[in-house]
Amino acid sequence: MSEQGIYGVMAEFDNPSALVSAARAARAKGYRKLDAYSPFPIEELTDALHLHKNKLPLIVLAGGVIGGLTGFFLQYWIAVIYFPINIAGRPLNSWPSFIIITFELTILFASLSAVLGMMALCGLPMPYHPVFNVPRFSAASRNRFFLCIEAADPLFDPAQTSQFLGTLEPTEVSEVAH
Amino acid sequence: MIAQATGFQVTDELRDTMRQWRTRFAVFGAVGVLATVAGLFLVSPNQFYRSWLWSYLFVVGLAAGSLAWLMVQYLTGGAWGVIIRRPAEAAARTLPLVLLLFIPIFIGIRNLYPWSHSDLVRADEFLRHKQPYLNVPFFTIRALIYLGGWCFLSWFFNRWSAIEDREGGQTPRRKMGALAGPGLIFFGLAVTFMATDWVLSIDPRWYSTMYGLLMIAGQALSSMAFLIAVIVFLAAHKPMVDVVTPRHLHDLGKLMFALVMLWAYFSFSQFLIIWAGNLPEEIPWYLVRLHGGWQWVGLAIVIGHFALPFALLLSRDLKRNFKLLRNIALFVLLMRVVDIYWEVAPDFLKGSFGLSWMDFTAVLGLVGIWLAYFLRQLEKRPLLPLHDPHLSEALEHGRE
Repeated sequence: MSEQGIYGVMAEFDNPSALVSAARAARAKGYRKLDAYSPFPIEELTDALHLHKNKLPLIVLAGGVIGGLTGFFLQYWIAVIYFPINIAGRPLNSWPSFIIITFELTILFASLSAVLGMMALCGLPMPYHPVFNVPRFSAASRNRFFLCIEAADPLFDPAQTSQFLGTLEPTEVSEVAH
Repeated sequence: MIAQATGFQVTDELRDTMRQWRTRFAVFGAVGVLATVAGLFLVSPNQFYRSWLWSYLFVVGLAAGSLAWLMVQYLTGGAWGVIIRRPAEAAARTLPLVLLLFIPIFIGIRNLYPWSHSDLVRADEFLRHKQPYLNVPFFTIRALIYLGGWCFLSWFFNRWSAIEDREGGQTPRRKMGALAGPGLIFFGLAVTFMATDWVLSIDPRWYSTMYGLLMIAGQALSSMAFLIAVIVFLAAHKPMVDVVTPRHLHDLGKLMFALVMLWAYFSFSQFLIIWAGNLPEEIPWYLVRLHGGWQWVGLAIVIGHFALPFALLLSRDLKRNFKLLRNIALFVLLMRVVDIYWEVAPDFLKGSFGLSWMDFTAVLGLVGIWLAYFLRQLEKRPLLPLHDPHLSEALEHGRE
């Protein structure tokens, strides 16, 4: 590729709704490899970037199911197989009393899978990312909103993409070096 | 917006549809109630009062639960409740009818509750001890306090809501907020005592401190499922077709999901504590309900009232699909009916499973009459509160 040196083109906005409409416009134009950066979560942005479908729910569901089975059979194994004792004449497999731990481990495994799965899918921890090469990017954690169209996008062309971003009323458009 | 310009009034087309449904429900309800009353003379008075009692508990849940949702909305604010405010207000306005429908239970106290028989009380140390609380006059006064209190709350909220529609301004909303707090406390106490009086005292020896909360969760779930079904019905017609979006449904679906879990949590807590304690005065309630055929009803409740709706409502897409969410809401309502039957009927039938044709006619009759009256109330006012401080936020929230 001829644009080896460039990660993408980044536009800066000074308000969230400009970012959301810019993201919508970029999607409508056909760009798919793009990401937005904002100091706080913007619900509309998730819709604008079509970010709802990812593997995280499945990972969390799997984590929850594994946690539930672990919780139940951990107790079953101890109470029935490894160390069976008669407690007040109750059956060894006293499943009602296992439910609480089963429930707790379901929650624990599901939430750990959510955190770890999110980090894995995002590629975190990530000590270096090209967007940090944009000098003003630190404002993304204060009061500025950024949209980056990446060079990996099939439609990407440095000049045309910059020009397109320029039409979306950004405060600034800059190239992102690798 | 076009709908905003017309003040979200019920359109002529929608009014016609609602009137058709109203006629159907009214005919259905009248036939059901008349058939049940015929059973009172032809079959047995006991069966009539039993069928009436449990069917009535379901209807109370729809009306009182809706009132509770209104108060939660006024107390917490937020945009999620604006869309259900008018259906909930209409359901709360049916409370005077609910009060009237209590009359057969009052007449049938002696057919329903063993503590109302003075010979039984005299012969039983236990009942004698409970007599200062469980006696006919005090029972009746308490029932009037619960039902009258709800009517009173509903009357004020609806009155202020009408003033808000007419005049706007902050005053009506401030009053609603001020009454909603004490109102919810009253609601919680009233449902707890009501559950003890109307359900638990069928077997005066049994008690469960969890039962009131279980009843509250059940009422909240019934009414939320009902309100979802109403919103989906309204969303198919003008003016609400321009208003209700998948995001509103998503919010309500999440609440229904949370309540399915809350109900299961309360229900299992009660079971676990009694199972673990294994005390002779506590376990009979479950022994009766887990033998003689009732255990299959119990299993159906575990699956249909918890496992199935829980698994389905995990899905985000499903909560945003009008038809699917409505179908789940209707299924949850059906399971509420089954659950109430399982909680009330086994005490009367001692040992074996039973279901009378009067149980069907009573529940269909009462629900039919109640729905007809609800639709009559619903068409009286605009379908959205015009001057709700969160209205524009709620409408904006719906747009992607």
